[in-house]
Amino acid sequence: MWRPPNNSVMKLALLSDLHANRHALQACLADARAREASQYAFLGDLVGYGGEPGAVLDTVMEMAARGAWVVRGNHDDATLAPQAGSGRADHVGAAWTATRLSQAQRNFLAGLPLTASHDFLLLVHASAREPGRWTYVEDAQRAADSLDHAGEATHVFGGHVHEQRLFFQGLVGKTMPFEPTPGVPVPVPRHRRWLATVGSVGQPRDGRSEAMYALFDTGALTLTFLRVPYDHSAAAQAILAAGLPEANAVRLGLGR
Amino acid sequence: MKLLEPGAEIDGFLIGECVHSGGMAHIYKVRYADAARQPAFPMAMKVPRMTGGDGAETIVGFEVEHRLLQVLTGQHVPRFVAAGDLARLPYLVMEYIAGEPLQQRLDRALREARRPGADEIARLCAATATAAHSMHEQDAVHLDLKPGNVLIRPDGSAVLIDFGLSWHAHYPDLLAEEMRVAVGSPPWIAPEQVVGVRGDPRSDVFAIGVMLYELATGELPFGDPQTRGGMRQRLWMDPPPPRVLQPGTPAWLQEIILRCLEPEAERRYGSAAQLAFDLAHPDQVRVTERGERTRRTSLRVHFKRWFRAAGLHYQPSPLPTVQIDRAPIVMVAVPWKDASDATLFSLRRATARSLGIRAGARLACVTVIGPGDTDATDARMSEVQVHRWQLDRLRQWAQGLDLQTHPVSFHVLESGDVADALVRYAQANGVTLMILGAATHGLKFQRLVATVPVRVAMEAPCSVMLVKQRLPFERLAATMDHVVSPL
Repeated sequence: MWRPPNNSVMKLALLSDLHANRHALQACLADARAREASQYAFLGDLVGYGGEPGAVLDTVMEMAARGAWVVRGNHDDATLAPQAGSGRADHVGAAWTATRLSQAQRNFLAGLPLTASHDFLLLVHASAREPGRWTYVEDAQRAADSLDHAGEATHVFGGHVHEQRLFFQGLVGKTMPFEPTPGVPVPVPRHRRWLATVGSVGQPRDGRSEAMYALFDTGALTLTFLRVPYDHSAAAQAILAAGLPEANAVRLGLGR
Repeated sequence: MKLLEPGAEIDGFLIGECVHSGGMAHIYKVRYADAARQPAFPMAMKVPRMTGGDGAETIVGFEVEHRLLQVLTGQHVPRFVAAGDLARLPYLVMEYIAGEPLQQRLDRALREARRPGADEIARLCAATATAAHSMHEQDAVHLDLKPGNVLIRPDGSAVLIDFGLSWHAHYPDLLAEEMRVAVGSPPWIAPEQVVGVRGDPRSDVFAIGVMLYELATGELPFGDPQTRGGMRQRLWMDPPPPRVLQPGTPAWLQEIILRCLEPEAERRYGSAAQLAFDLAHPDQVRVTERGERTRRTSLRVHFKRWFRAAGLHYQPSPLPTVQIDRAPIVMVAVPWKDASDATLFSLRRATARSLGIRAGARLACVTVIGPGDTDATDARMSEVQVHRWQLDRLRQWAQGLDLQTHPVSFHVLESGDVADALVRYAQANGVTLMILGAATHGLKFQRLVATVPVRVAMEAPCSVMLVKQRLPFERLAATMDHVVSPL
């Protein structure tokens, strides 16, 4: 049974955009356990798109009760106040998700903060600049904006864009993008500033179906982006069984 | 940082003599203070000369070198031992390589006023290219190859050092940030590096071309420019052909040198392994006008190219492993004893297919003859005669392959052990793929005996394609590309 560590050196599993995909979440958690993760952070969008919001929330709530860190995403937000008739991706389906949640689960979502700071880390679903506007941090300019609003934090971790990318600041202050290779520990020393989008556990969109997450080693100061194969047809079945749009199911296998 | 005293101890390392005092760093021999920890190889400590006033490049370079040393493997890079903290006391401890820097060889040539011979130049640079290729295979590019950064071991192999400006696909490029000048050493830097493109393995091919030129002529092809404009010259300028400066330079060597120095990466060797291959087989280099040239390029031509270069846009470079995959060295083992026409036909088909999907591939056709196949006492069976006969056979066999776009070479190896000869050839020549017949070079019913294909497949350093003769010989005619129709 996992317990959060007492000392400050830890292996932190960073999981974002779970999107009610129980199968992908279980696969990532099993992978993180095998890599001896000692702490977990969930970076928002626990629900939306997927067929098993209740089961996913139960897992996250249980881990949060034991000390895991959780921040809120736009889909979590939308579930609390679904807007009928809105065409925005996070509002379509939010009403369905809302009907599936218990009061305790809704309370949990409602209590989530937009950001969480731990030592030199800042966790935020989208951008640290006005987190509630859900800006997609998909280029160096937006990454620089987010870092500019991250206060003292040297490492900003988030999701929202469903792709794995690392931005870093040079010694002269210019922010540059980097496309990581899964499985390679990248040194992220503290004399520079780093922003990572860790990808999506429950709905990868880079043309590959494997679930994405990242592992941050606070002792060695390395960040490893990871891909985990999981039973995406079972997750697609769950979406169809729930009566959700077929497109939500099909895209899992295509990674779109 | 001031010079360290011999005998001083740093983090468990005893400082020995200072073996190098360069502009960027001091290098000391070191050993562990605790004798029980001594590794099987000697060690060196590199301490950067960093002070508060130093530019960002020095610090970043140290970070980059630390990273690369930790992750690069193989016999062409020093082994990594330890690193000091960047903020407290930056240093790197690595394997000490007992080898002569290429720079020393150049200095000696200058002192003795005698250029090294073409074969020695080829040997030195083939070793360097092989070492560079080993980095490229790991998705890294050196980007600062120069005679001071290449050490030649007593056994002739090369070790690359100084990775402060290197690039690795798996790690953020800390040097991508706009620096004041192009990142690299001006005499050896490739044109694409001048305009800020980093990560192309063919940039290393260019730098080796500059070293070849230096070794052959004693001059730098583009001088040692101190300005950005000066460095940009190589985007459009041809250096004087080596034969202008050193008339004794063989045409094959000039062909190789000028191909390495092509301004466009696409026109150079597709991989350092292909460069090493040509350097190892001078007699197989296809010499063009470029190799024979004994005149400088005219001003008019240069002006036209300068004009074009002004508007040139460089493409981002391909990943090193992707680029070298496009330019493989394909080797085909063509049997000659008891080889049926069907076998030879199937081998040719398989070779054509393998070349067809790789535009930059080069082909080496190899055959092995045994010691008993020549006879010094019989003029018809003399070694020279048998070699000539075998080479003709190989050329005939290769007819019908697309040899206009793919460079091809023919090799007759002599050995009593066919499998061993093939494997050694593949090792020595950086072969990417070896094609041989599944049922040739051995008896197909000898299931329990290690036949040639089995031994080759097990021992080869590369992928091996075993070709089965699928088509019964009677049906071959129907599948030939050029069937003669009856009138």
